[in-house]
This record gives sequence, C-alpha cells and structure tokens, in this order.
Amino acid sequence: MGASFAVGYLMFLLKGAVWTVGLSLIALSCGGVLAFIVALCRIAPNRWLRLVTALYIQIIQGTPVLVIIFLTYFGLPSLGWSVSPLLAASLSLSVYVSAYLGESWRSSLQSVPRAQWEAAECLALSRAQRMMKVVLPQAIRIATPPTVGFMVQIIKNTSLASIVGFIELVRAGQIVNNTIFQPFLIYLLIAVLYFAMCYPLSILSRRLEVSAGEKAYA
Amino acid sequence: MRSGSDTPSQDIVVSLKGVHKSFGSNQVLRGVDLDVSRGEVVAIIGKSGSGKSTALRCIDYLESIDQGTIRVCDHQVHKPDVDLRALRLDIGIVFQSYNLFPHLTIEQNVMLAPTAVKKLARPAARQLAHRVLGQVGLLEKANQFPERLSGGQQQRAAIARSLAMEPKIMLFDEVTSALDPQLTGEVLRVIEDLANKGMTMIMVTHEMNFARKIADTIVFMHEGKVWEKGGAHILNSPGTPELREFLQHEL
Repeated sequence: MGASFAVGYLMFLLKGAVWTVGLSLIALSCGGVLAFIVALCRIAPNRWLRLVTALYIQIIQGTPVLVIIFLTYFGLPSLGWSVSPLLAASLSLSVYVSAYLGESWRSSLQSVPRAQWEAAECLALSRAQRMMKVVLPQAIRIATPPTVGFMVQIIKNTSLASIVGFIELVRAGQIVNNTIFQPFLIYLLIAVLYFAMCYPLSILSRRLEVSAGEKAYA
Repeated sequence: MRSGSDTPSQDIVVSLKGVHKSFGSNQVLRGVDLDVSRGEVVAIIGKSGSGKSTALRCIDYLESIDQGTIRVCDHQVHKPDVDLRALRLDIGIVFQSYNLFPHLTIEQNVMLAPTAVKKLARPAARQLAHRVLGQVGLLEKANQFPERLSGGQQQRAAIARSLAMEPKIMLFDEVTSALDPQLTGEVLRVIEDLANKGMTMIMVTHEMNFARKIADTIVFMHEGKVWEKGGAHILNSPGTPELREFLQHEL
C-alpha cells in the first residue's frame, strides 16, 4: 500500500480509538452515577431494597456484556424503541459498569469501620451527614485504585460495540481491513493502540494502590 | 455541685431501671438499675463480659434494650419514638479506640459536628475548637491529621471533639485501655479536670486508683447486674465476695 493510503487509514483507526475513549468515558460517567446508587441501595436500611439490588448485580454479572448489547440494540426496537448503535452501546456498558462498580464501591463503603459510623452518630450527625462527611471521603480513597483498574476492563469491553456497527477502534479496523485486507498488520496495530490506552491506567492503579497502602491508617 | 432549688428527682439525669439486653442467647444485662445525679462521677468496674460497656452503650442508644426503662434528662431512651438527635446532643461519648475521623485534621474533627449539626459558622466553630483543644492541651496539634498523633493525644482529641458539642453528660468507655501507662496519665488528667468542673460522667474503667480518686460512686457490675454500689470505700472494704475476688485479681 502507498504511504498516502497508510496515513489515511491510520487516521481512520485513530478516529476509532477516540470513539473507544469517548464510549469508555460515557460508560464510566453514566455507569458511575448508577453504580453509586447501586452501592447505596446495597447498604440501605431497607432489606427489600438490598435484596433487589443484589439480584440486579447477580443478573448483570451473570450475563455476557455482548448479550446485554444485543438486548438493547435488537431487543428494544422490537418493543418499539429505536436505538442507535451509540445509544445501545452506551446504555449496555453503563448497565454493565453499574453492576461491577456498584458492588466494588459497596465493599469500599463497608470497609470503612463501623466505629466511624458510630462516632459520627454519637456526634448527632444525620445519616446523610454521616455518609457525606465521614464515610464517603474515606471510601473514595479505598475505591480509587480498583476503580482506575476497572477502567481497563471498560476500555476493552467497548470493543463489543463493534458488533452492532458502532465505529470504535475494532470496527474501524474491520472497515479498513475490508478495503486493504492486511488483517495481521491491522489487528496488531489495534492491539498496540489498546495497550497504549490500558497500560498507563494499570500503572496508575498500581501506584495508587501502593500509596494508599503506605498511607493506610493504623 | 447540686443547687438547692432542684428537687431530688429532677437532679437525677440518668436513670436505668430493670434494663435487660441479650445478644442472641447471651444475656448481657439482667436487670440493671442505676441512678446518676447531675454533677456525679460514676465509675463502673467489673470483669470483661459483666455488661459494663453494654450498659454504657444502651444509655446512648447504640444498643436498643429488650426490657426496662432508660431515662436521660428528658429523653425516654427505651421508647421507639425517642429523638436520637436530641439525645446525642445531651450525651458525649468517648471510646477505647478513639475513632477520630482519619481524613480530617484534629481541628476539622472537632469542628465537624458543631458546623454540621448546630450550624455554627466556621469562624465561631474554629474558635470553639481552639477553646476545647486548649482545654485538653492539644492546641499546637490542631492542623495535624490523627495518624500523626500518639494514642494519648488522639484520645484527648476525641474528648475535645465530644466537648465541642457541650454535652450535659459524658460517657467514657474504657478510654485508657489501649494506652500504655505513660499516655494513660495525660488522658486521665483531662478527665479529672472535667470532673472538677462539675461534668456529669459515667466511665467504664480498669483504672482502680483513678476511680478511687475521682469517682463519687463506684458501681461494680457482675453477671449483668449492679452487684455492689457505693463510695470509694467499697474498694477497700467490699461488701460482697464477688467484688473482693475481682479486686484481688485487679490489684
């Protein structure tokens, strides 16, 4: 292939990579909001709320992300809602993120010692104040390293959106390959690009974990 | 300490009657009766498992009771509709494990409840924090995080945090049990200072000499009951074999 060709294709792949990042950010932010609600429901005083949320987490964690994507992209239109590939991918990944991060954040919230809740309670703080001013700030420190680590999973799982035709990095690669048929080169390039996105996050996660360990409270 | 105009019944600020509490099949409290007057310093002693910490926790509704009544000032603690916020405004409690908030400085620890609960403006809350930190001798540590402080300093900070809410009654739950003797002294001095200022206090303690020195009333708990009660003299001449045996092991 000629050099000018190569630059054009490379740009196309990079544009796909930008959408991979974009979709990851959408999934992380929408899924993160949902995950926070899920985590709160999992530790709510109401027993039924806890049970229903636990069931939700089990169902989502026991379902392949691909099936969730098929359900939203093919399933919802059959019920009368038309869904674009971007919307389907965003929805599905957010649901996926909400279950995994929700459970991870629940354990972070619960790893703040009960005595901290109690001390705040004895100072007459309301339940909301105990959560916002005492428990949450401590839980965020605990949750940050695993959350950054989980972003790697989100980035990799956005590749599943290619199957419903959303043009992220993998789909962009498929399109380019259909034109120039150089699968080994193209998919190698794609693997390198994914690695370039994920590796810094892995390193960051590990660093955060180490510094959190160093600052661990006695 | 007691004003003449108060009738004796008004003077009772904490009253437990026939308090029972079980954890599963384990009966921890089996009918505790205890009256504490305004300004009185009560030291609860007894073996571990005798129910002394549980009794203290029930007073602040950290545990709900199965049977009996608990009255603290005007609060009927045993009733389901007890106003917990109002109850906790009247009671300060300090725990063995300090339980300072690790993400906040000492000053922020002390300021949190006055600003969040009493809606005190920050400058006023800071002034208050400096006053109570001065009272426990920790003014120079105001901007440190708890992890930088010794156990004794952390415990004094925890006492300051409680005092900032200006409670009517202070509860101390084995506050020096986690400290070595040297650090114990500095915490006990703060508590003694409070006693001298007329604070009503109930403390669960293993420090017999301290109890002897500052307590108006010694309460010996055994098998979930107030087994023996009286002035410091009961430590020298116990009225029951159980207290005698307990004191022999302690000393």
